[in-house]
Amino acid sequence: MTNSQTPLLSLKDIVTKVNTGTANEVNILNGLNLDVYDGDFITVLGSNGAGKSTLFNTISGELPVDSGTIHLRDRDITHMTVEKRTAFLARVFQDPKMGTAPRMTVAENLLLASQRGQRRTLRLRRLKSQLPHFKELTDTMDGNGLSQRLNTATENLSGGQRQALSFLMATEQRPDLLLLDEHTAALDPKTSDQLMTQTNQRVTQEHLTCLMITHHLDDALKYGNRLIVLDQGQVKFDVRDDKKSQLTKEQLLGFFDIIE
Amino acid sequence: MSMIVSSIGQGLLWATLGVALFLTFRILDFPDMTVEGTFPLGAATAVMAISHGMGPITASLLAFAAGAVTGLITGLLYTKGKVPILLAGILVMTACLSINLRVMGGSSNVSLLGKKTIFSAHFLTTLPKYFDSVFVGLVVISIITILLIVFLQTNLGQAFIVTGDNREMARSIGINTDNMTIMGLMVSNGIVGLGGALIAQNNGYADVSMGIGIIVIALASIIIGEVVFGELTLNQRLVAVILGSILYQLVRLLVLQLGFNTNDMNLLSALILAICLMLPQLNKTLNRVFPQLGKSLQHLKDVLQKGVARYDK
Repeated sequence: MTNSQTPLLSLKDIVTKVNTGTANEVNILNGLNLDVYDGDFITVLGSNGAGKSTLFNTISGELPVDSGTIHLRDRDITHMTVEKRTAFLARVFQDPKMGTAPRMTVAENLLLASQRGQRRTLRLRRLKSQLPHFKELTDTMDGNGLSQRLNTATENLSGGQRQALSFLMATEQRPDLLLLDEHTAALDPKTSDQLMTQTNQRVTQEHLTCLMITHHLDDALKYGNRLIVLDQGQVKFDVRDDKKSQLTKEQLLGFFDIIE
Repeated sequence: MSMIVSSIGQGLLWATLGVALFLTFRILDFPDMTVEGTFPLGAATAVMAISHGMGPITASLLAFAAGAVTGLITGLLYTKGKVPILLAGILVMTACLSINLRVMGGSSNVSLLGKKTIFSAHFLTTLPKYFDSVFVGLVVISIITILLIVFLQTNLGQAFIVTGDNREMARSIGINTDNMTIMGLMVSNGIVGLGGALIAQNNGYADVSMGIGIIVIALASIIIGEVVFGELTLNQRLVAVILGSILYQLVRLLVLQLGFNTNDMNLLSALILAICLMLPQLNKTLNRVFPQLGKSLQHLKDVLQKGVARYDK
């Protein structure tokens, strides 16, 4: 059983507040506990305001926690900065505009992301010599023509191409932990499906440990080996492996009715 | 003819400011007002150092350092103190007014008469009139531009560019955007300080009020370069700024020949820049009223709306 090993990421009694010290103080995360194990592909569900995005912002360090601890294996990373955490953590955002630098080319973006979490030095970037590698990399996201647009500024790409690029940038340098924040939500159904399939392929092939927020119950059931539901800042439901694969949409909907 | 040579020389010397502001205004997307204080600070530092017997080149480098310090302060106010961008620059600029008077020993104008400056090197005195500033300007701006072009092609330079392009994304791949901003402000203000040192030596004096209006002059060279040369890569755009700066000085010469006096220059510079910046909006109106004229302005609009290099459409 996986539970006997040390978790990759362990969140203990996390409380994250907004408007601290004012009359509007709210606990977005309210004593949340979550252990993420190596190779987990977790789909994260929850209604609006349940704390899904806050959970991601807490893991990535964007939001400081008010109490509780975060451990990466045995290391306490509760107060580590956003920049330092990128050495082991990569994110794909919902908004296609957020994940790429608009006025830089696809290849330049890939080059920048290949050094995620590393010190930037005065060495020449040597973009040309890496173009064949980037061509190969973008070829893995077939069907959207990204590999023909390596020298295009990303502002001239379609939303689908940008998200595919963001996903490649997050995974080209293997992260210990990958956070996908509704990364297909802004895309049309066909492009969204395509990116989900490619995401699933890459995550399973490379045994990436991944948390994926989604509002699609079908996607949440179809992908991943574990499913959690957040409500009022806590993990209210957590199934994995066989139990997850036996879960039906009706059961899940029923569960949502109960918590609301 | 000699007036034209003089303008080219001035254009090359002032190009230091255009290139410096390109780093902050265009690449970092940071409207840095500090430079209006940094420019006279660089001038004051160099002039005082020279009159105390320091060599003109060392004095100019000292002016660079002084400029970098003001950039550092603005950067710290903005990144660590969370002071709004414009205000951070204005605060440091204002503080510089007092500092500059201190540096110049309380007088608002210090002359370099009889002192040895960069321009009194033996080789330069053998050149025809005004060619000395062309030579010095060309050497200095070439060194700065080449260093910047190489820097922007390094991993650190790329991290600097992406900080201005998409701060969120830069952070998400582990780039310390605060440090990048501070670095950019230090280099930019350092170059402005150096520019102040050169122009003071060329003029033969430093004056506390010499910083007034220089943002507009520097921006004008950036925008003239963009309007005239259109779609360019990042490196080409740095060169376009230099040519823009020369063009600006030539326009200035023309305006003076038309009978305006130097006191009108700030008004005219502001007018030229305002028109350039309003082109996109004017274009929209024109498109509605005179479709044909509007079309010809489309090119200008495209150019003005871009930031760093645009590669293809």
